[in-house]
Amino acid sequence: MIRRIAAALIAACLALPAAANIEIEEVTSPGGIEAWLVADDSIPFVALEFWFIGGSTLDRPEARGATYLMMGLLEEGAGDLDAQGFAAAREGLAASFEFDSFRDAVTVSARMLSENRDQAADLLRLALSEPRFDADAIERVRGQVLAIIEGNARDPEEIASATFNALAYGDHPYGAAQEGTAESVAALTREDVLAAHRAALTQARVVVGAAGDITAEELGLLIDRILGDLPTEAPPRPGPADFALEGGVTVVDFPSPQSVAFFGHAGIDRDDPDFFAAFVLNQILGGGGFQSRLMTEVREERGLTYGIGSFLSLADLSPGMLGQFSSSNDLVGEAIAVVKEQWADLAANGVSQDELDAAIRYMTGEYPLRFDGNGTIAGILAAMQSDDIPVDYVTNRNAYVEAVTLEDVRRVAARLMAPDDLHFVVVGQPEGLSPGN
Amino acid sequence: MLRHLSAKFGLLLGLSLTPITAQAAGDVTEFFLDNGLQVVVIEDDRTPAVTHMMWYRVGAADEPPGISGIAHFLEHLMFKATDDMPSGEFSRVVEANGGSDNAFVSWDYTAFFQRVAADRLGLMMQMEADRMRDLVLDPAEVDTERSVIIEERAQRTDSSAGALFNEQMRAALFLNHPYGIPVIGWRHEMEELTLEHARAFYETWYHPDNAILIVAGDVTADQVRALAEEHYGPIPASSSLPTRARPAEPPHIAERRVIFEDPRVANPYVSIQMLAPVREPGDQAEAAALVYLAELLGGSGQTSLMARTLQIEEQRSLYAAAFYDATSFDPSGFSLINVPVPGVTLEEAEADIWRMVDRFLSEGIDPEHFARIRFQLEAARIYEEDNAQGLARAWGMELATGLSVADIQAWPDVLAAVTPEDVMTAARRLFDDPATVTGYLMREDAPTPPTTPEVSQ
Repeated sequence: MIRRIAAALIAACLALPAAANIEIEEVTSPGGIEAWLVADDSIPFVALEFWFIGGSTLDRPEARGATYLMMGLLEEGAGDLDAQGFAAAREGLAASFEFDSFRDAVTVSARMLSENRDQAADLLRLALSEPRFDADAIERVRGQVLAIIEGNARDPEEIASATFNALAYGDHPYGAAQEGTAESVAALTREDVLAAHRAALTQARVVVGAAGDITAEELGLLIDRILGDLPTEAPPRPGPADFALEGGVTVVDFPSPQSVAFFGHAGIDRDDPDFFAAFVLNQILGGGGFQSRLMTEVREERGLTYGIGSFLSLADLSPGMLGQFSSSNDLVGEAIAVVKEQWADLAANGVSQDELDAAIRYMTGEYPLRFDGNGTIAGILAAMQSDDIPVDYVTNRNAYVEAVTLEDVRRVAARLMAPDDLHFVVVGQPEGLSPGN
Repeated sequence: MLRHLSAKFGLLLGLSLTPITAQAAGDVTEFFLDNGLQVVVIEDDRTPAVTHMMWYRVGAADEPPGISGIAHFLEHLMFKATDDMPSGEFSRVVEANGGSDNAFVSWDYTAFFQRVAADRLGLMMQMEADRMRDLVLDPAEVDTERSVIIEERAQRTDSSAGALFNEQMRAALFLNHPYGIPVIGWRHEMEELTLEHARAFYETWYHPDNAILIVAGDVTADQVRALAEEHYGPIPASSSLPTRARPAEPPHIAERRVIFEDPRVANPYVSIQMLAPVREPGDQAEAAALVYLAELLGGSGQTSLMARTLQIEEQRSLYAAAFYDATSFDPSGFSLINVPVPGVTLEEAEADIWRMVDRFLSEGIDPEHFARIRFQLEAARIYEEDNAQGLARAWGMELATGLSVADIQAWPDVLAAVTPEDVMTAARRLFDDPATVTGYLMREDAPTPPTTPEVSQ
């Protein structure tokens, strides 16, 4: 799912404060696995994030949805414990394990009390290395996945992003929903699930973030305890995706008083020299808050929507410059016109000095505040490593943002923002909107 | 079980899946200003940030009849001009200082909050104090913002079959109490909301003696006291604050059914709701027992009675759960929901719910299960300390719904003192009432939406 990865990666870029009381330790476990740690013993628990790079795009074409199904099964029985036994064991330790699937990574988020951390770690190890994938569990979770697919097919926001991805990426794994289709999921076998497990969960491409009540040495031992039994080899990832959409409008008929519009075109790579200028540009265009160009013009000035935003999708294999909003069917045509006008204005004229100053002031001001507890910090540490950002980025990040000039933004806006390439997928019954507008 | 599924259905019911309660910590300070403003400070210096929240003891359930949505509309309008600041300036200043701000309304409270660097707290107070009494309403802006809230209703409610169903269920559950009226408002009344309505509501309720200031983060109580005296102290108390007395529910004597069909429904389900007591000042024991009941019956997606029987053992449900919110000004609801697997009818799903209730009442509680739930409730206290903003929100909710600091600090002990017998007694009392509201959310029988959407390009 584009948005979730984007949000996580953007959060990563923005996240680490230069605040004096946060220090990142780089840890290597005795078994050779690297991790980043922010230690703080004021609350007796630790938050751990394990991100296994690869994700649902590792699905074989004949087994779409296998990775997603597999991640949903990890808590449904492991070792000698069936689903209920595993849940009872986890609840008895008041530990939490969340298993999630994304296009570019599958993730494990864990919280463990200090008082029973080793037992919680053993339980997590069991889930990752010895999942049972019992037949009844597979059927039960398959039913849940099918329900989600069914629900997505009737959710205009899901339809909008799925349609956009299919049009933009075609046969590349990014073009398909990670849940799979009703047909593909119905056909998944236990062997498919096992194959997905072997491919997705390895020591080869895992990044680890940790925050809370643990020392570096303890963390190293804990990581080996949890991950030590996983395979050391990982399969190759798919190649980059071409963005195949051209400018225009695609209307998907859907009975609802509102239309959902999902829009965008190709974006910029994270390691492009102009990345920070693009980052600041997006903040001005449609980043969070009420001051963005899009919110001001579409919501504040004209009341055409409850919320509109834009974001840089830093999906590993195809970056995008994307956005979304909802409007009543009779207003969405006007809203689209306003979005295109603003896009064209920025491409031609860049931004004002006031806009630039306000964006930089906000971005550098909020940066130290990103730390919002152990759980958030651990996620940020994992996301940074998954993006190959060095530890000292923490200290330098504000300087990178402050170095962006008006001319940089103008240049990048002209390079990046192409109103004629903007494609809008509109799901609803938009009035007066004919395809090709 | 897949997180997406439980999150999705939990969201449909508009309820959080974990009980949000504040910790009873030693680093919490309470004091009052002379004008009646209640102030609570929660100290946490792990991040150089502060969350500043102003809670008003007024919500949708306090609205005059016929203008539903006015509390929420006013909350939107509070971001417009004051005598000192042009429209939108409040949020611009917060952003300029690297912070974030927003607000929300429920039936029992309205809250405005910002999160900023700790040294900007005085600036936040200055602006919040300004709009508490000096809001300036402009007719053109009122018109535009009315359009925005109607768009919000369209997005949150009218576009979602589940949300519309919940709205109908609440309206059916509450015969007389305004909890049955949606916070966003009924659309036909929202369209008629005026500047005068907003002005009157503001003048009635937005006063320091009707407000609670919560500050959480890298501050000390002394710092907050000094700043609060400086910025909020000069505001006089109201001359005539209404008492919060909502029309009460009569006894429920008749079972009600809600049948809602909509082509957007993907997974039909059954919801059964009934009135339940909530935490009362000085009297929280029954609510605590109901917290355990909800967990035992339908909390965990694997080990609760409903989940392990209907989802795992019998494979008759995609999702089955119980929901109970202990924190509310007036008695609220206890809900049971069952999303059957394809092939099981809603009538059968409804019968399955009652079969689980009957089994619970006859078989009682497994002591190990009970002990695990108690341990998790205690552990939740530890995990909650990790989020100063979350704590501020929990404290605000509890104070704004009528609980005292003493009640809040006693709550963990009240929870820890609950016995299995207490839970069985509370369960019998709750389920003895046959006048429940049973709702079916169904697909329309008419042409089903195509599985491949029509795409025109």
